[in-house]
Amino acid sequence: MSGFLAGLCVAVLPVLAAGVWLGRRTARPKSLGGLGTPVEHATFETLHTASLAAPPLRAGLTEETARKSARKLRSLLGTDALCLTDREQVLVWDGDGDHHRTEIMERLAGALDTGRGEAFRLTCEILDCSVRWAVVAPLTVDERVHGALVACAPRESAVLVRAAGEVARWVSVQLELADLDQSRTRLIEAEIRALRAQISPHFIFNSLAVIASFVRTDPERARELLLEFADFTRYSFRRHGDFTTLADELHAIDHYLALVRARFGDRLSVTLQIAPEVLPAALPFLCLQPLVENAVKHGLEGKAVSSGKCHIQITAQDAGAEALVVIEDDGAGMDPGLLRRILAREVSPSGGIGLSNVDDRLRQVYGDDYGLVIETATGAGMKITVRIPKYQPGVHSAGRLTRE
Amino acid sequence: MNSSYAVPAVALVVVATVLVGAFGLRISRTTSDFYVASRTVGPRLNAAAISGEYLSAASFLGIAGLGLVQGPDMLWYPVGYTAGYLVLLLFVAAPLRRSGAYTLPDFAEARLDSQAVRRLAGAFVVGVGWLYLLPQLQGAGLTLTVLTGAPDWLGGVIVAVVVTATVAAGGMRSITFVQAFQYWLKLTALLVPALFLVLAWQSDGAPRHAFDEPASFREQRVVRVGDSIDLKLDRPLTVTVSGTVDGRTHAGTRLELPAGTHHVERGTRLTFAAGATVPKAERSGGGDLSPTQAESREERPLYATYGLILATFLGTMGLPHVVVRFYTSPHGVAARRTTVAVLGLVGAFYLLPPVYGALGRLYAPELTLTGDTDAAVLLLPDRLIGGVGGDLLGALVAGGAFAAFLSTASGLTMAVAGVLTQDVLPSRGVRHFRLGTVFAMAMPLAASVLVGGLPVADAVGLAFAVSASSFCPLLVLGIWWRRLTPPGAAAGMLVGGGSALLAVAATMAGYPGEGAALHALLAWPALWSVPLGFLTMVLVSLATPGRVPPDTAAVLARFHLPEELRTEVTA
Repeated sequence: MSGFLAGLCVAVLPVLAAGVWLGRRTARPKSLGGLGTPVEHATFETLHTASLAAPPLRAGLTEETARKSARKLRSLLGTDALCLTDREQVLVWDGDGDHHRTEIMERLAGALDTGRGEAFRLTCEILDCSVRWAVVAPLTVDERVHGALVACAPRESAVLVRAAGEVARWVSVQLELADLDQSRTRLIEAEIRALRAQISPHFIFNSLAVIASFVRTDPERARELLLEFADFTRYSFRRHGDFTTLADELHAIDHYLALVRARFGDRLSVTLQIAPEVLPAALPFLCLQPLVENAVKHGLEGKAVSSGKCHIQITAQDAGAEALVVIEDDGAGMDPGLLRRILAREVSPSGGIGLSNVDDRLRQVYGDDYGLVIETATGAGMKITVRIPKYQPGVHSAGRLTRE
Repeated sequence: MNSSYAVPAVALVVVATVLVGAFGLRISRTTSDFYVASRTVGPRLNAAAISGEYLSAASFLGIAGLGLVQGPDMLWYPVGYTAGYLVLLLFVAAPLRRSGAYTLPDFAEARLDSQAVRRLAGAFVVGVGWLYLLPQLQGAGLTLTVLTGAPDWLGGVIVAVVVTATVAAGGMRSITFVQAFQYWLKLTALLVPALFLVLAWQSDGAPRHAFDEPASFREQRVVRVGDSIDLKLDRPLTVTVSGTVDGRTHAGTRLELPAGTHHVERGTRLTFAAGATVPKAERSGGGDLSPTQAESREERPLYATYGLILATFLGTMGLPHVVVRFYTSPHGVAARRTTVAVLGLVGAFYLLPPVYGALGRLYAPELTLTGDTDAAVLLLPDRLIGGVGGDLLGALVAGGAFAAFLSTASGLTMAVAGVLTQDVLPSRGVRHFRLGTVFAMAMPLAASVLVGGLPVADAVGLAFAVSASSFCPLLVLGIWWRRLTPPGAAAGMLVGGGSALLAVAATMAGYPGEGAALHALLAWPALWSVPLGFLTMVLVSLATPGRVPPDTAAVLARFHLPEELRTEVTA
């Protein structure tokens, strides 16, 4: 009996999985049923088909996306065959009459140049070929012809010419959106590039001043500090890769803090609690150092030069599929309302160096769930929590961990 | 067995695990020195952690039990469990680390860029994890029953509750230290009693017939039959019976049982004379599977052995809790070094269970009759040494056994819960991870309470078979074959892993009955399901050449190039 139960438990697993999958697949179309009059129903059907064809095209016009959307587009037009081309070749042919590919491409040259739609009769030796006639509707983005949508039918039809034109316009809009997406991505990349080299000029100035002050009194110390400075700037200005490892970032923070400590002496103390499991995690380049810089600034702010001491705690924990990094200071804190406005970029970030910048980059790389979480109040210090997924597609640290 | 030492020992292990897990990090890593704080996990520490997580109840109790029943044939188990890391080292370790993947679904996504394959891999991780968790909980139940006479399910519930609580509360912060600690604890818990046992064996005149076939009683031995059994006798046997045999009640009568099958009711006491061979027993009533599987091995030892070898050699790389630990290595070379160290540590450990199996055959052969062969390791110290010393050593072994359940179960629970929260449950967040933990543990716990009586090593063997036929093709082809496509990977995992899973289900449900040639095929599916998985993956991939992910070359370059060279590639 018990053995049977065990078998049942195991056998139920795949069935459950299949059930969930089927349920997800079938859930959406069903919700369309039983809506209003047949006309309304047909409208909904059409809109639904159109909405299904849209997502692949949002990634631009490639063989893969064309293949995914062609069938939906053909059912939208109700033709025997539909083909999508770019400027050089047929990307996909959905339906009958596959042998017309080359002929279509030859006849298409004019339409692709002028950007005007046309219709023509196809020549065919095969007697029972169902495709005798083709409508060409160019796909244009920003006045430039990217490709064409070709609908084929057994005989001429004015309705089809109109419909193909409309569908082509709709596809063009999707492609324009894809173009927009692409330029947005490029913008983000450019922004990341612009942001990442942004170490504060004040910091360079202050560091050099501190080193200068040691040159005569303690040349050995000055030499060490210069080396720290060299290491830190080398890390900050390195050219390759947008991502680094938590270990490398921590080393950069170490160099940074050595320079800051030289300036503030005993007033600054730092404790670390790092789970070694998360050190290899990949994260955007220079996204923790600005937070530490911020903590130093806030920690020492508003305290009398002689008595004020600042304590900074940096924690990295292992939390399942994520690493949890917390940077905490016991300094002046900040008004939450002001901080919210800084993060929303309503106020120029004179106070929080790069906080909004780090927040933006984290959101761009990992999604909106992974923005900075900041707990603060005036006079109560500040605690910044960063969640870093251990694996994210496309995030690979460049180079190797610093060797010990 | 005296439980006055064992229960505190088990409690101590549980408490120590929780404490090291919660505070290990705090003690060792709170510092203002960056170079101390941000030191990565070295290969040796990581290897100890991997070994600690890997050596489960099957290794600790099951192998000795199997050795007791089956004799030297079962030495293939420890060999297979160890050699799995050799395959991992040669084909998978470094590229897997360089892929940056944390879990197996991550790897599927990194290599094939497909959400569908990712979800499928996630489903198999959950399946394998649950299959592997089941014997851990049962082993815990068995241990507690042997130690204190508590009901079967209690030990499993204790382990489930402790693991769920610590994992869900985020208590396993310094998991590497916990697992490394568990490895050394387990090794000590087997090594120290083993030394004493071998000494006792020496002073007993070092009898050498441990692996004689069949096992026999060395001295007069009273056996209490816990569950009704059928004795199969090849030759007549003289035995003193108090209880019911073949429907007739006896009270301390000396019986001459003729060759053939005899039915012994539960609760019967059989007293065997010294030198009597241990009869073969078959549990009657209910579809219990341990004897049927044990028998099928005797029928087709060669086929079963090959099935076992293939499953353990290739299954190790697909164990979800092993794979996540490689993420801790800082780079591919460290991952390889770690694997080499794991080979050493695991190999050293696996020298011990066969010793217990052999001594069990000498000193506790009646366990084959009562069916509790997995208890051999726990009972031997008491049997051979006795007194306070035996009790203390028994307590040490019991503590080690619980460490085995806790470490493997917590590793598996974390892996399964991670997949459940990421890929199954709707939204992300810490609260959902807790929900996932509960869910990850609830299913195997329910199964273990409902099922009971599954031999630990066999159940683990089934988990290995499923892992070998689904993840081994995915990993090996994913790393070494550039023409793998998402549909191919999905089909291969479904056909290979799915058929192994169905075979497992059929075996557990007791179908088809013992003796059928088909039964051996189903009980040891790896030999046909692994090639089937590979073949399907290759053929379907070749049939869908258009679906090769466009960035395959770049991805494979990243898998195989050492990290130092990566800079030039990405620049």
